[in-house]
Amino acid sequence: MSTDGTDTPPGPLERIGRGAAARLAEIGYAATLLAESVMWLALGSFRRQPVHISQIARQGMEIGVLAVPIVTVLALAIGVMLAIQGIHSLRTFGAEARVTTGIALSVFREFGPLITAVLVAGRSGSALTARIGTMRISQEIDALRVMGIAPVRYLVSPALVAMLVMLPLLTFWSEMMAVAGAGLFVVAELDMSLLTYLERILDATRVNDVFHGLGKSLIFAVLVTLVGVVNGASVTGGAEGVGRATTRSVVQAISLIVFTDMVFAFIVTR
Amino acid sequence: MTAHADTAAETRMGTDVSEPVIAVEDLTTHFGQERILSDVNLDVRPGEIMVIMGASGSGKSTLLYHLLGLLSPTSGTARILGRDIATIGQAELTRLRCRMGVAFQGGALFSSMTVGENIMLPLQEHTDLDETTMRIMARMKIEVVNLAGAEALMPSQLSGGMAKRAALARAIAMDPTILFCDEPSAGLDPIVAAAIDQLILDLRAAFGMTVVAVTHELESAFAIADRICVIDGGEVVIVDTVESVRACADQRVQDLLNRRVQVPEVDPDAYLHRLTADLL
Repeated sequence: MSTDGTDTPPGPLERIGRGAAARLAEIGYAATLLAESVMWLALGSFRRQPVHISQIARQGMEIGVLAVPIVTVLALAIGVMLAIQGIHSLRTFGAEARVTTGIALSVFREFGPLITAVLVAGRSGSALTARIGTMRISQEIDALRVMGIAPVRYLVSPALVAMLVMLPLLTFWSEMMAVAGAGLFVVAELDMSLLTYLERILDATRVNDVFHGLGKSLIFAVLVTLVGVVNGASVTGGAEGVGRATTRSVVQAISLIVFTDMVFAFIVTR
Repeated sequence: MTAHADTAAETRMGTDVSEPVIAVEDLTTHFGQERILSDVNLDVRPGEIMVIMGASGSGKSTLLYHLLGLLSPTSGTARILGRDIATIGQAELTRLRCRMGVAFQGGALFSSMTVGENIMLPLQEHTDLDETTMRIMARMKIEVVNLAGAEALMPSQLSGGMAKRAALARAIAMDPTILFCDEPSAGLDPIVAAAIDQLILDLRAAFGMTVVAVTHELESAFAIADRICVIDGGEVVIVDTVESVRACADQRVQDLLNRRVQVPEVDPDAYLHRLTADLL
């Protein structure tokens, strides 16, 4: 429907306007979800409707523990790749021994948090969307509501807590694995002892760099959860709708992660 | 209402039999610009089985969703056990919903849980019972709906009739005052459908609960109803006993009962416009 109330298809301006309004509504919904999740975490026990530890543990297992193998493989590969590129670039200046500084900074400040968040968005964010979307179209969300169980308390709060705990832990693990992977290549390529490599990595790494990365992973955890839930809750049209929402969720989450990372980097380097 | 239902209702503790358990007054609702329900009025008495009947798109499911507090009306009220379900606070709504059981059309069983876990969920969330007691209670409900042995099955392993029974078992887990059933026998073969109808009658007889069933299945409606509410085009056409509804002279009721298709008159100009307006 266009603005004059006839059946003519909407023009480009109207489509842009409607799209912008829909995105704003999604942001508002995400903010409401976050507030409600925090409210249930803080006050659920007082209202005799606590967020169950068992559900957080189940989500944590799914998001964190089961993701360890793929995070390990990916982080090792990225570490080796960083070492190859770093040595290749620095060799031009005869400074390949300084590659450890580049590895430490890039792993702890950028690659660790970024790659882990992207992986979790693709793996667990999409699963969250599919789960909530499927529950929505099969009336399971309605069933929760009519049983007097708030869907946000039962589905969103545990996922949020699990993500907030597991994403930083996974990030730290992936950073360790990336450093280890890079170390394997550096030791072999530069005839450097493993001890020397580790000492140089520790020299180049400040506590702030580690917390910088882990701080970002907390923000990414909130983003991945909210994007997953918002897209899951908007599912319409059966199985095809779940597929569309899942794809959209992954694309949105990764885009937001990269964009937030850029903003974060800009702010902390001022 | 049958004598049996009267007895069941009156013996139930804590219910004032003179007050309707559900009172819908002038309820009107819109989806966007479209009016879906128009000034619906309906009372459901304690212990009776009220069947809300109508063709697809008549508004009967929308009315059910208002009774469950899943939708808010544009105007009017739906009072459940004396409380306006659209306006009460979250805590009171939760307490009210603990007195309501709902069996959805497709069952809406949680696919990641077994049948037993599905039935135990409301007990886990709303009671302080220990695990063993909850298991025993879940098994009792499973026995009531004749699903013995299905406790450990996943919803994907259930047939249509079993899923409906499991949904009923979950709906009565908290011994509700009101049981809502959405299309309880839809999509089932006649024998299984008749068994579900009988199960609803047995549940009412055993627990004295009030039942509101939404259906478009005539046989099922006539089999279980004390009274029938016929909805057409979002309006209540008649609320009366089965016999009175059968005898109702209203064309819309007779069309529904005799499965006559209401063919709208075709306006040639409008028809041509629909076919060609965006092409020529």
